[in-house]
Amino acid sequence: MLQLFKFKGGVKPQTNKTQSVAAPIGVAPLPSRLFVPLHQSIGGTPRPLVQTGERVLKGQLIGAADGWISSAVHAPTSGTVRAIAEHVAAHPSGLTTLSVEIEPDGRDEWIARTPIDHGAMAPEAVRERLREAGVVGLGGAVFPTHGKLTASKTVPMEELVINGAECEPYITCDDLLMRERAEEVIRGVGVFRDLLQPKRVLIGIEDNKPEAVAALQAAVARLGEDFAVVAVPTLYPAGGAKQLIRVLTGKEVPSTKRSTDLGVQCFNVATAYTAWRAVAHGEPVVSRIVTLTGNVERPRNWEALLGTPLSEFVALGAPKPDTDGYLMGGPMMGFAMPGMDAPLVKATNCIIASSPTLFPPKAPEMPCIRCGECAKVCPHELQPFELYWFSRAKNFGKTQEYHIFDCIECGCCSFVCPSRIPLVQYFRFAKSEIWAREKEKNAADQAKARFEWKTERDEREKAEKAEKLAKAAAAQAAKKAAEAAAAAAAGADASAAPAADAPVDAEAAKKAAIAAALERARAQREAAAPKNTEQLTPAQQREIAAVDALRRQAGIEPAADPAPAEEPKP
Amino acid sequence: MLQVLAALLPGVAAYVWIFGPVILVQLALATATALAAEAAMLKLREKPQAMFLADGSAVVTAWLIALTFPPLSPWWLIVTGTLFAIVVAKHLYGGLGQNPFNPAMVAFAVCIVSFPALMSQWPAVGLKVAFADQVGVVFGLLPRVDAISGATPLDTLKTALKLEDGQFSVAQLLANQDVFGFFAGRGWEWVAGGYLLGGLWLWQRGIVTWHAPLGFIAGLSLLAGGLWLYNPAQFANPLFHLFSGGAMLGAWFIVTDPVSGCTTPRGKLIFGVAAGVLAYVIRVFGGYPDGVAFAVLLMNLCAPLIDLYTQPAIFGMKDKS
Repeated sequence: MLQLFKFKGGVKPQTNKTQSVAAPIGVAPLPSRLFVPLHQSIGGTPRPLVQTGERVLKGQLIGAADGWISSAVHAPTSGTVRAIAEHVAAHPSGLTTLSVEIEPDGRDEWIARTPIDHGAMAPEAVRERLREAGVVGLGGAVFPTHGKLTASKTVPMEELVINGAECEPYITCDDLLMRERAEEVIRGVGVFRDLLQPKRVLIGIEDNKPEAVAALQAAVARLGEDFAVVAVPTLYPAGGAKQLIRVLTGKEVPSTKRSTDLGVQCFNVATAYTAWRAVAHGEPVVSRIVTLTGNVERPRNWEALLGTPLSEFVALGAPKPDTDGYLMGGPMMGFAMPGMDAPLVKATNCIIASSPTLFPPKAPEMPCIRCGECAKVCPHELQPFELYWFSRAKNFGKTQEYHIFDCIECGCCSFVCPSRIPLVQYFRFAKSEIWAREKEKNAADQAKARFEWKTERDEREKAEKAEKLAKAAAAQAAKKAAEAAAAAAAGADASAAPAADAPVDAEAAKKAAIAAALERARAQREAAAPKNTEQLTPAQQREIAAVDALRRQAGIEPAADPAPAEEPKP
Repeated sequence: MLQVLAALLPGVAAYVWIFGPVILVQLALATATALAAEAAMLKLREKPQAMFLADGSAVVTAWLIALTFPPLSPWWLIVTGTLFAIVVAKHLYGGLGQNPFNPAMVAFAVCIVSFPALMSQWPAVGLKVAFADQVGVVFGLLPRVDAISGATPLDTLKTALKLEDGQFSVAQLLANQDVFGFFAGRGWEWVAGGYLLGGLWLWQRGIVTWHAPLGFIAGLSLLAGGLWLYNPAQFANPLFHLFSGGAMLGAWFIVTDPVSGCTTPRGKLIFGVAAGVLAYVIRVFGGYPDGVAFAVLLMNLCAPLIDLYTQPAIFGMKDKS
């Protein structure tokens, strides 16, 4: 039996998972319109590859990954591109994002799908395939999967952790996926295993999902793999990657390190599933399983196309009349969807219809009395109340000293705060402010560097110009001298003179230039000389004169201003 | 906060039993003053009233004041102390959660410095004075006569040891003086026991952690124990100190104040130990009969610094030094 470890803190909110597991995964009907955001993963933003009016097929690439940490986006069904425009995003800000609007033709016609034999391919090619198929972390973080499939060169890969914990209340999409499609999940895990070559593969599932544990264990046995399917204690946030790694391996991944540096990597079960679909069926990620629950008549899990507008999706569950909003994600970490047009995306694991009875409005916030409850439940062992004070005071340097970037925003602190302070929101605010300032600082640094380059270039150009002018002047003088010499020696010996005179004259021109420069400098010196001796009283002037006389006597200073240097004639 | 008030009840019950129900009058007086002052300050500061009045923090402060002041203090002393605690020590610093000092202890310190005589007159235990007469004393209707009040056991012991320089041993004093009971102040043992009971309940409920109280008790006992072993004739045993004066109240209800105390586990421990040591030092070597209030206030000053240097290692950073 595998030894399990504990992480500190954590909370036990009502799980509310039973409502949505009664029915099997349903296939959501084609919506009338799809709004597919081009940016659905962490990293770069794919550029649109299609044009308005173009016909696309299901699975057709509509945005290719730009840069290594970026992931491709595909048409979820066949149809016509109606627009490529900004559309409200599935983001709490309500900001828009460039999206491809597709009108389905109802035929759901696939592109040609080419399965690959990943065992016979170079690992690099397999990662490229996953990148092209748009496989990203479906646990909610949407980090491009191919970017995590390279083992550290120095640290041996010990454990591959597969995350089926699903600790957030209400969400059951991974549970149902594991129950119904266990074999494909396990095969996907096999793909990851082949790429990373870990010593052990550990699949962690919270022990409130015994059916999923049993299904995966059966699949592992059937496929003859040696993966350990482990039931872990139900404790939010056991499904946080770092918490699950801690529970299964005892390793703690600090924010300053990547988990591969500790010889461990973690993927969500749904990610493994989509990876298998991409490898074995050539299917890119065009749909995902989304839990629709909360204040609806028919809570259930649906396999829904990415880009499905919220309004058409929630209609499947028949929301009750007192529904006053929709959360994306769970009640601990989720956020209110900004509008009914906002689409389902790769990060959408759950939609919860909210109502005043389900999520009663929070009583007003009270002051923090430093009771420390938040510190007790923080799974990263931070001091949330200190972070709160510093965030509130906008003392962002201090928040970083207190490790604000280790905060995983799990919401445990807000959950237990007796003063009902939305702590996590303060931390998100502080983090975004720090990022914004960092950006601003970088921009300022760049502007400064640009300015310095420009000044340097201007000076260099000036110097070059002056040199050029001096050269031109010298050439001119030489030419004149030569002409004069030629004129003088018109009748006489005209053969060698110019050749001999020219260099002499060039030297003279240079001398003249130097003299002119000296003169200019002297004029400048004079112009800059102190002028405060002009309005002196006669007594003061006499005094100065006396001092000057003494100085002259002592031989400190010459008798009079030095005579202006005689200008040598050109 | 309500649980803190509930935890004070055993101590209050013992108090009533030993000293008579006049303490209830003082509790009511302090509570009414505290709530009125809180309401007035909230109005001045344009804060919502009901929410803050209901949080119970003002009542806790009021109770701690009433329980640390002599039960026969004139009414205005309690009112002055409570007003100072709520208005100055709490609201002028920004209200709930912002005060760097424990308001009740500020009130105690201000009053003992300003009215030392009144603040050190405690009723003699077992003195049969009718409840009506006690209330009369509190409200200035009856003259304060020395017959009904005197020094606390802590004060008595200290004065006797100092005055009669070396003539009496602690054992002799404890045996002969009326103010002493089994091992500490007569009657006070029971009150302190009541606080201990309430405190243990708070700990069992997870309202307070063990760090600060245990630290306080350990700090006080270790110093008291060391000196007692060194010279039992001159220094009372740790048990005497723990069950006299404000030690138990301080250990469970004052050094555990989250707002003005330390918040990290190690910080709480340091805070408790240092407060315990300071309380003993002030009691035995300092100028005041009881040192808990000053010890706590001094440690309140150090709390932010202690917190800063006792940050626990966070997730994933433990193996680094």
